[in-house]
Amino acid sequence: MYQYDEYDQAMVDARVEEFRGQVARRMAGEITEDQFKPLRLKNGLYLQLHAYMLRVAIPYGTLNGRQMRLLGDIADKYDRGYGHFTTRQNIQYNWIKLEDAPQILADLATVEMHAIQTSGNCIRNISSDHFAGAAADELVDPRPYAELLRQWSSFHPEFDYLPRKFKIAVIASDTDRAAMRLHDIGIQIVKNDAGEIGARFYVGGGMGRTPMIAPVIRDFVPALQMVSYAEACLRVYNRYGRRDNKYKARIKILVHEIGADEYRRQVEEEFAHILTLGLEPPQAEFERIAAFFADPGLESGLADGYDRSDPDFAVWADQNTAPHKQAGYKAVVISLKPAGGIPGDASADQIRLMAELAEAYSLDELRVTHTQNIVLPHVKQSDLYALWQKLDAAGLATANLDLIGDIIACPGLDYCSLANARSIPLAQKISARFASPERQRTLGELKLKISGCINACGHHHAGHIGILGVDKKGTENYQLLFGGSEAADTSLAQIVGPGFNEDGIVDAIETATEVYLKARAEGERFIDTYRRIGAAPFKEAIYG
Amino acid sequence: MAETLLRLRVDTASGAPVLSLTDFLASDNAAAVRIEPGEDARALLPHLSRIALVEVSFPAYGDGRGYSSARILREHGYKGELRATGDVLLDQLSHMKRCGFDGFAPAKPIAAEAAQQAFATWPDVYQKTVDGRSPIWAKRHGL
Amino acid sequence: MKILTGNDLASGDVVWWDGKGWSRDVNDAVDAGDSADAILAAEEAAQRVNAGYAIAATKTAEGVRPAHIKDRIRALGPTVRLDLSLRPGDPDAASRVI
Ligand code: HEM
Ligand code: SF4
Repeated sequence: MYQYDEYDQAMVDARVEEFRGQVARRMAGEITEDQFKPLRLKNGLYLQLHAYMLRVAIPYGTLNGRQMRLLGDIADKYDRGYGHFTTRQNIQYNWIKLEDAPQILADLATVEMHAIQTSGNCIRNISSDHFAGAAADELVDPRPYAELLRQWSSFHPEFDYLPRKFKIAVIASDTDRAAMRLHDIGIQIVKNDAGEIGARFYVGGGMGRTPMIAPVIRDFVPALQMVSYAEACLRVYNRYGRRDNKYKARIKILVHEIGADEYRRQVEEEFAHILTLGLEPPQAEFERIAAFFADPGLESGLADGYDRSDPDFAVWADQNTAPHKQAGYKAVVISLKPAGGIPGDASADQIRLMAELAEAYSLDELRVTHTQNIVLPHVKQSDLYALWQKLDAAGLATANLDLIGDIIACPGLDYCSLANARSIPLAQKISARFASPERQRTLGELKLKISGCINACGHHHAGHIGILGVDKKGTENYQLLFGGSEAADTSLAQIVGPGFNEDGIVDAIETATEVYLKARAEGERFIDTYRRIGAAPFKEAIYG
Repeated sequence: MAETLLRLRVDTASGAPVLSLTDFLASDNAAAVRIEPGEDARALLPHLSRIALVEVSFPAYGDGRGYSSARILREHGYKGELRATGDVLLDQLSHMKRCGFDGFAPAKPIAAEAAQQAFATWPDVYQKTVDGRSPIWAKRHGL
Repeated sequence: MKILTGNDLASGDVVWWDGKGWSRDVNDAVDAGDSADAILAAEEAAQRVNAGYAIAATKTAEGVRPAHIKDRIRALGPTVRLDLSLRPGDPDAASRVI
């Protein structure tokens, strides 16, 4: 994992001091809320429905045991004993006091963490594949590239007041586990015909009210020009992105309105100019960063296979572990989605336990997934059973990865001031209705995603089944969508028909699963059947 | 307004009348020009040698186009004063300086000491821009 | 009636205008009538409240009920964590705000 040197540490420390000063000026009345708001947002501090909310960055979703433990301690010390892991691989605390916020940032800085640029119209925390460095199918580890971009984007002086927020994802395998093409910039690290490593740039994806899948803007940018190319992409956006309407300000709208070809032309022109300026960190800097990720300490010569005699364990191991590039290892996913639970929430004790388990069983590494779960990326297969027993005792061994119970849900109207409807109670009802593990496994992979409003923090457009909360004359109402995907087969879900109340939508989903079970062909997932037979049979069953 | 002007230059400020971009382009001896957020700073490139002052206006601090305008002018070798005017706030000063601004005319005055502190916010910087500071990656590798 | 709400600047707590100051309990909220804007301006300037706004509400036998569900949830706390709400001992609290 990456480790700060004195420069990185000094930058984060400087930020803490800057924010301490800004908070003091606000508390003393020297600046108004209007002036303070963008400053606190640049440090991840929102004013939410019940209190301030702090969003802490977990760069590319990777953290170690010490960092995770501190996240648990912060939950106890400054919040109400829990945190919420988000689809952007961050953690949010819901009950923060403004007067505590500078000290929380100072605490985070002691373990090389921060809340920099987790909100505001700047380049946000960079996300990546949660199996990076472990995945059997990756070309290289994408995180060194993500770290290079993290440093480039931190306190970038030109891009701090963009038209709108800006999200970048970096992956390095054909299996997309990071919803890469639904980001403002999605980068896939690829190899060209000459065998050189470089970056494929997708620009102009996003969710929100006008979801769009990013087109390829350049097929291959040499690795040592990636920062310059990103600089060019951002400069064109900063100059020409719309600022007259905040709902049309994302880069997806610019790329859509002028067209991918024209956007590409402008970027290439800017890129040619930027290349003359020598802005790119040298190969030696990339190598310095990459060295931190090269060897987490995997043992070689281990054999694949483990004792599966405990049937409950075997079910979990089949569902919640993924192949590892190294023989004898697995990547383990800890589900934060118990039946009837709050997706993504973990108590301080659970967070600290996961820290301890990462130290004991996963070479001191954890990942936060965009599906609001936690990954232990490097677990020896011979340790799986002991790990499972400890997880199970703490209520963290729900075997539902990628099943209907593994629901993504945004905070919704229970916490979010922008919401139209609550998301969490719906997730709870659905996961309770489908609580039977056998039933979930019979249904197979089924990605259900819930957002409490059109902003789409819960990725509803990208759900095999998506649910969108709307306001119907002051009462909560839910629209049902089918057919989305954020994997390599990216597609956008479409609204099926009129909306439902809370109970109605749970019934409608159950009906849809019955249609699927009757119609499915051998080996088809829900989404495959839906794509083959279309919406009509589902509509007919649901609406009569 | 003069008393609210902060300058990081030793020369005396240009007293030339500041023209809008359109008027400037129509004249052939004007030495000072103001560009608005939507205007293309590159239109000035053929005329850089005769310009002593470019005002980049920030009608609202949240409109960040002026940062790109400034950098573009410096990247193409503009040496005269580059002045940020309008909704220029204390917490934006250090980034503005990094993008090449060396004059600041905030609509609401900023105390010189506070400004000095703001310019010193960052012990080091991650990016190479136009302010001449050596980025962290260069220092790491003795470049 | 028209009531005023906002957050405490330092703690972020949801607060309601009770005629003299700011209370955590929505049932203390009083009708601000035509003085709503003036009260908000004065209180914000004095930093006694942050991000204040006026909303419609009704007074019922059970207390003050904001017209919009969002403010009813603000008045209670998260419906999915009643243990953290202002009515931790009341299992029906969630269904009443809907
Ligand atoms: C509770 C406070 C939150 C607020 C106020 C908030 C606000 C927003 C807004 C306004 C947008 C739409 C931006 C646009 O399209 O221009 C958005 C998008 C998004 N948010 Fe949130 N959000 C919150 C929490 C979360 C959480 C908890 C997550 C993760 C579970 C999240 C993940 C996302 C994602 C993935 C998007 C879509 C990005 C895109 O459009 O490309 N947000 N959020
Ligand atoms: S989707 Fe809407 S309701 Fe949900 S967190 Fe985002 S802004 Fe809030």
